[in-house]
Amino acid sequence: MSYDTPQLRRTRSVARLVALTIGALIMIAPFLYMISTSFKPNRLAFEWPPQFIPNPATMDNYVQAWSANHFARYFANSLMVAAVTMVATTLLAAMAAYAFARFRFPGRSLVFWTMMLGLMVPGVVILIPQFLVARSLELTNSLSGLVFFYVGGGMAFNTFLLRGFFERMPAELDEAMDIDGAGALRRFVALYLPLSRPALATSAIFAFLGAWDEYSWALTTINDPDKQTLPLAIAQYQGQHATSWGLVFAASLIALVPVIVVFLAGQRHVVAGLQTGGVKS
Amino acid sequence: MTAQLSTAAPRRIGAGEQPPTPRRRSARARRGQVAAYLFLAPAFALFVVVLLVPIVKATQVSFYQWLPFPGADNTFVGLDNYRRAFADPQFRLSLVNATVYMLVTVPGQIVIGLGVALLLQNRLPARSLFRVLFYLPVVTSWVVVSLLFRYLFATDGGLVNWVLVRGLGVADHPIGWLESRWTGIAALCVLGIWKGVGWTAIILLAGMTGVPAHLHEAAAVDGAGYLRRLWHVTLPALRRTLLFVSVMLVIGGFNVFISVLLMTAGGPAGETEMPLTYDYKQAFNFLEFGYGSAIAVIMTLIVLILSIGQTLLANRAERGE
Repeated sequence: MSYDTPQLRRTRSVARLVALTIGALIMIAPFLYMISTSFKPNRLAFEWPPQFIPNPATMDNYVQAWSANHFARYFANSLMVAAVTMVATTLLAAMAAYAFARFRFPGRSLVFWTMMLGLMVPGVVILIPQFLVARSLELTNSLSGLVFFYVGGGMAFNTFLLRGFFERMPAELDEAMDIDGAGALRRFVALYLPLSRPALATSAIFAFLGAWDEYSWALTTINDPDKQTLPLAIAQYQGQHATSWGLVFAASLIALVPVIVVFLAGQRHVVAGLQTGGVKS
Repeated sequence: MTAQLSTAAPRRIGAGEQPPTPRRRSARARRGQVAAYLFLAPAFALFVVVLLVPIVKATQVSFYQWLPFPGADNTFVGLDNYRRAFADPQFRLSLVNATVYMLVTVPGQIVIGLGVALLLQNRLPARSLFRVLFYLPVVTSWVVVSLLFRYLFATDGGLVNWVLVRGLGVADHPIGWLESRWTGIAALCVLGIWKGVGWTAIILLAGMTGVPAHLHEAAAVDGAGYLRRLWHVTLPALRRTLLFVSVMLVIGGFNVFISVLLMTAGGPAGETEMPLTYDYKQAFNFLEFGYGSAIAVIMTLIVLILSIGQTLLANRAERGE
């Protein structure tokens, strides 16, 4: 590298920019086309050649998506489920992570590795027995049932994520507070929670997005139309109005707004979480 | 209860004082243990109910002819469900489909993701904008992108066909992507790669920050060109990261689910069925919970064996060098 001339470096830099721009266009093009279609009247959805800038453009799909079909209800359901899941997951995982990071107790590594086993088993594989368990706890077809299973499903990953962060915090502060007579709860609330805000944000964002986007479990347990979440509703729009793509995409884009906001606002945390192995599938 | 425990030790110990006697320290350690269990309990209880019990339950149910009705008469059938799975042509077809999907999407995501990571590695204008654009599909829900790709791959008037026929002129008539087996799987693969490339790039980028710069410099001084440095310096240093990425991608690839459900629904006539969509239908459409659980156990074992196999291979390659 030390032998590169400035000229060579500049050429290379331009080449990289061109390659990245082409790549980025491929990544973003489907979204742009989705936005475009959401403003098209239905008869233009499969126009040949396709219209990239809809003419005439219409807001009808958004109006219809939002006002008809109880969309506001589904939006509220999703928001409630995702918000409660976010708070409960982050708090409970932080508590568990604190126990693993700062205490020695019998069974510690057995419990930890048992929980990590949960990271290995992909969600859809255990839908059947989860459904049986949910039914015996009378947690099917209810929003609290969704929250319960989302929080439980997120325990392994978030505990793992937060434990790593807690372990990297200097033990001296903890010991000093311990010697000062501060109990475990006080150290957790006054020391660990405030100092680990970035990690807590990562955990909260992943819990929120995971619950907001979750489809398979909701599909399996929710029967009542009133209790549907947005992913269920959107997938159903497509089934019911097989040709109303504008409507489907208007609804999808409305559902995407919170995701984009969270992603842009917490980009650093999202990347940190993804680096720890958070994959949403 | 924890608060009570914490107020039980009001004595302050100054810097010059003797360290606590062993007895007192062990009392504190015991209190700490109780506190640790209390902190751990809610998370572990939830984990047990939501994941551990279902994992055990799935194994149990897989040995039964299991009907999901209260008070149903479930008969123990031993390995019958497993025998049935291995003899079931539709399940075998779904395994072949998933294998093809995996063999295309895993290398596809790794190669393209590596390219993106290398391009994003050094400083350049608008790098964070590029990052956002590449990560966008990663954070978008599978439901939305699956419906979107179903629309893009539509036969008549779909954007992909328009690009191929009119834009590039490589096809002379629109292709019925989602109407036959291999074109349907191809469309699923395109979606899988498109959605996953950003994630792979993130992980590889994180791994690259750990490659010591002096190795690159030393290689450059020795006259090694870019490709040689990539092959002999960057990739070996990324071996652990690449292993992690490929294990995760293989798990994800074998368990492809929502995109199949929403793009092809396994059709036409079950030809693009994947193991988990087939499993789901067995359980929730035909109420074959025992058979469905056997398939789930088989899938878990396959994924486990593949993960261990990859790890062993990577370790052997490392020792071989």
